[in-house]
Amino acid sequence: MRLEAIEAPGLARRLGLPAAALAATVLVAAGLAAIAGGNPLDVLGQIVQGAAGSKFARLETLNRATPLIFTGLAVAVAFRARLWNIGAEAQLYLGAVATVVIGTQSGLPGPLVIPAMAAAAVVAGGLMLLGPTLLKTRLGVDEVVTTLLLNFVVLLLVGYLLEGPMKDPMGMGWPKSPSLPAEARLPRMAEGLRLHWGFGLALICAAGVWLLQARTTLGFEMRAVGANARAARFAGMPVNAVLVKTALISGGLAALAGFSEVAGMKGNLTADISPGYGYTGIVVAMLALLNPLGVVVSALFVAGIFVGADSMSRQAGVPSYIADILLASALLFMVAALKLSRFRIVRG
Amino acid sequence: MELFDILVSATFWAAVLRIASPLIFATMGELICERAGVLNLGIEGIMVAGAFAGWIAVYAGLPLWGGVAVAFGAGVAFGLLHGLLTVPLGLSQHVAGIGITMLATAATYFAYRVALPEVSSPPKITAFQPTGWAVLGSQTVLTWAALATVAVTGWVLWRTPLGLALRAAGENPAAVEAQGLPVHALRMGAVAVGSGLMAVGGSFLTLSAFNSFFFEMVNGRGWVCIALVVFGAWRPGRALLGALLFAGFDAFQIRLQQTSLGAGLPYQLFLAMPYLLSVLALVVMSRRTEVPAALMTPYNKGER
Repeated sequence: MRLEAIEAPGLARRLGLPAAALAATVLVAAGLAAIAGGNPLDVLGQIVQGAAGSKFARLETLNRATPLIFTGLAVAVAFRARLWNIGAEAQLYLGAVATVVIGTQSGLPGPLVIPAMAAAAVVAGGLMLLGPTLLKTRLGVDEVVTTLLLNFVVLLLVGYLLEGPMKDPMGMGWPKSPSLPAEARLPRMAEGLRLHWGFGLALICAAGVWLLQARTTLGFEMRAVGANARAARFAGMPVNAVLVKTALISGGLAALAGFSEVAGMKGNLTADISPGYGYTGIVVAMLALLNPLGVVVSALFVAGIFVGADSMSRQAGVPSYIADILLASALLFMVAALKLSRFRIVRG
Repeated sequence: MELFDILVSATFWAAVLRIASPLIFATMGELICERAGVLNLGIEGIMVAGAFAGWIAVYAGLPLWGGVAVAFGAGVAFGLLHGLLTVPLGLSQHVAGIGITMLATAATYFAYRVALPEVSSPPKITAFQPTGWAVLGSQTVLTWAALATVAVTGWVLWRTPLGLALRAAGENPAAVEAQGLPVHALRMGAVAVGSGLMAVGGSFLTLSAFNSFFFEMVNGRGWVCIALVVFGAWRPGRALLGALLFAGFDAFQIRLQQTSLGAGLPYQLFLAMPYLLSVLALVVMSRRTEVPAALMTPYNKGER
């Protein structure tokens, strides 16, 4: 058996197979619910209800989607250039550290402190990815493994900072940073609405990344390097320089997730601000086919599954880990469906 | 002086082998996959699944070796899935592998909660006990099995026709096809068996090193094994040496923390050392070009 490229895949194939992938994911959800002793239809209904059934639920989903848009964009930008950044988790945490340092130590006046925090976060996250990228371009070290390993190192570093130099003296012994002053907190997007400006910034970044990729030379180079690095080099493109710029942008975007969570949601840093947003960003980006505007939609979808599963779990008693299984299955079904929408399987 | 005392103590050397054992199983598993041309980033999740599967099987009443077999089976199942996605379908081995790790980890945590909804701390089992045999008396029989796996892997890969075909599938699959051998079947088989070994490595944690299952107990060991395969230049003997060196360093740092020298440093620095050391190993070995030539290249008949 082998794969044969389809010259001009029809619309039915290009849309039908991804739809089938989503349907298969729903079937997995139903099966898991049954295994856990729940009624599949009730469980699915409760997930949808919990994600979007009330104003509170919808705001919760938007808030949960915010860091996922940032990490999803970070992964989408990097993967488009075939820079396998699996280190968004580390970049997120370093961005959060930079946010807290500037927010509590800089003494900048009110209107300046928030942009300074965001800028510091972007620099920290960009530098975090720069190391593995230089190891890749200079020495050929696989960035997948280095970014993965460094995630563990950065989490330990954050643990050390929170128990040592950055520990809140008023924290009753808890490993957490001091709280940001009021002027360093992101304001809400509307009076009385439990949604902070991190969400707005995420949307702006999505639009910015789309513009970058569709309308600029660098964006074109990033796509060319991703499509065929050898051809890009032959065409005279500075492939390594493009990868370095990609790394700075990708790491910076992931770091903004940390900035937004600290300055918008929590107000301080703890070692558990991210339940794996960096890794989930990979699913978000892949479901969006690496399209920056699609990332917003898929982040809302993924956040909805998490928020919905949490709420369902409290009612139906099906473990909320069902959400993680669904996302992993959705990822695998989707990449398989996309491949099969361009190739057919033939005998021989 | 304290440092010297550590190195000559028998408990130190016992710890080295204990720490190395799960790494040896999983590193051999990854090496077999990569030799056949398939990078398996599912390793981390497959080790989690193996740790759980082996433990829950023994908790349910199977003998210890039955637990090892169940873990192997769980690894084979996830390996076949990874193989299906990356070999005949030719999907990105990076993306599929990360997806398998996510799926295997989430499925394990879900299964744990479904199997044991009421418990606050995981129940204990009676794990493998030290054999008392000769020089390695403080080790369990699983450590011996890990060392045997290295010998068997080396023998199969370099001394049998099957091993030659497997390695060729990772170097020049078109040539294998030209010999009338099925490239896809060879690669699928390598990924299935390799993943089984990764899962057995995970089960070492619950059936020998500890006697219970905890979330996060694999804690990046799978990623370390990926680095060990590179460090070992895709050779079983050198990879074993790498695993022992790594474990030696890990055992040393645990003891160093308790000395006067270690007490002055943050404990997180010691915990971060294994990961930093793995990155360093990758950098040091980066100049060597012994990578299987067709690693990460899907094979599709009739394509060049």
